[in-house]
Amino acid sequence: MSAAVSLRDVHKRFGEVEVLKGVSFDVAPGEVVAVIGRSGSGKSTALRCVNRLETIQSGEIEVHGRRVDDPALDLRALRRDVGMVFQSYNLFPHLTVAENITLAPRRVRKTPQSEARHIAVEALARVGLSDKIDAYPEQLSGGQQQRVAIARSLAMQPKVMLFDEVTSALDPHLTGEVLKVMEALARGGMTMLVVTHEMAFARRVADRVIFMHTGKVWETGAGEMLAHPQTPELREFLANGL
Amino acid sequence: MRYKFDFGALVEHWPEFLSGALTTLQMTAFAVVFGLVIGILCAIGRRSASPFLQWLCGFYVETIRNTPYLIQIFFIFFGLSSIGIKLPIFVAAVLTLVINVGAYTAEIVRAGMDTIHPGQIEAAQALGLSQPQIYWDVILRPALERVYPALTSQFVLMMLASSITSQISAEELTAVANNIQSFTFRAFETYIVVAFLYLLLAVILKLAFYGFGQIIFPRRRRLGTAL
Ligand SMILES: Nc1ncnc2c1ncn2[C@@H]1O[C@H](COP(=O)(O)OP(=O)(O)OP(=O)(O)O)[C@@H](O)[C@H]1O
Ligand SMILES: [Mg+2]
Repeated sequence: MSAAVSLRDVHKRFGEVEVLKGVSFDVAPGEVVAVIGRSGSGKSTALRCVNRLETIQSGEIEVHGRRVDDPALDLRALRRDVGMVFQSYNLFPHLTVAENITLAPRRVRKTPQSEARHIAVEALARVGLSDKIDAYPEQLSGGQQQRVAIARSLAMQPKVMLFDEVTSALDPHLTGEVLKVMEALARGGMTMLVVTHEMAFARRVADRVIFMHTGKVWETGAGEMLAHPQTPELREFLANGL
Repeated sequence: MRYKFDFGALVEHWPEFLSGALTTLQMTAFAVVFGLVIGILCAIGRRSASPFLQWLCGFYVETIRNTPYLIQIFFIFFGLSSIGIKLPIFVAAVLTLVINVGAYTAEIVRAGMDTIHPGQIEAAQALGLSQPQIYWDVILRPALERVYPALTSQFVLMMLASSITSQISAEELTAVANNIQSFTFRAFETYIVVAFLYLLLAVILKLAFYGFGQIIFPRRRRLGTAL
């Protein structure tokens, strides 16, 4: 079976600084892969290369058979297939929750207004926020905003979801509600690539964990890998936290 | 010596005052619409990747904002006629207004666009929106909502400044007043009436902008707060 996402020897430089130094890994369809690692190790960059928010210098990236590094790539088709949720939610402040969710379906998929409302209702049900459909982002808590951001991504019916430290900006008592939504998504069979500092989540929910260090995949394995680190770098990372 | 006010002599001139005020309003309406279009295009140009576009828009904005409006009027009016282009005076006057207010609008709109966090644009890109869609839905709409008060007060200022187009005999309110006082020799009264009419126009404009803002910015209407 071919991979949902695959990276082959990916190199990425910002100016002189090489941030990804030959990164390779696969994500199978329906698999949940957690990416962990120290700040600056290249986790976000690797994620952002997958939906081409960043372009790479060499190597190959494929998403469901589509070559992401191909200059002739149909970017919008790629981004229809790949959803992304950010640390800072990035909801559109001038639009209601429903409008946030339906903007992309209406503009990109040309979904008619009448159907769009239905999409918003369904997406919000999945994140447990049906009662907030007509609220504005500023009227929501951080956790609620992040769940709306997840719903906004889901509304495009992506095949793969990217999560970049989506709970890092939240108060500890709000992270749980977001992680619960993500866990439900994972159980529902969504293919997920999740950069996270939540070790408990990585262990419990992820099928596989990737530890990145200095721009390379340093160690990879199932969730138990976190209980039995093989490399001194992972051991140190787990001991010292972030 | 005591001055004796006599507004009576002006009463019969009310149709002229009215027509002058309407002309001022018409000029303002045209200038707002076209000035806004130019301002938005120019603000986008200054953010574009093309150095030439950046330079062109920057040159226009800075030149207009750093020269007197009266000189711009003469430059455009006499400049055009000396190269053989004869425009109706109303059109020429509106043209000078558009060119003038377009530059101020560009700066205001650009400031609004600069408040849009790059994360907003990335989120829109990740959702698959195209560049024009991002400009419209994610950059321009919230930017305009944010700078709407600054924008509308600029437009009111422009309506007041349109008084200067009387210098090229545009038949707007100030030109009408100049005429009337030269017939009636009631300069003081005439300008009191005209000042009052400008004040009235400014209030009408502000109310209209407020109402329009309530319609096009539903968030503002519902929450009553600035974005
Ligand atoms: N746009 C950019 N321009 C220049 N350097 C960048 C850019 N984005 C990231 N970097 C650099 O690339 C390196 C990796 O950054 P990245 O954001 O991928 O790390 P990360 O693992 O996600 O870290 P964190 O846990 O802090 O989010 C860092 O040294 C960072 O300074
Ligand atoms: Mg990061």
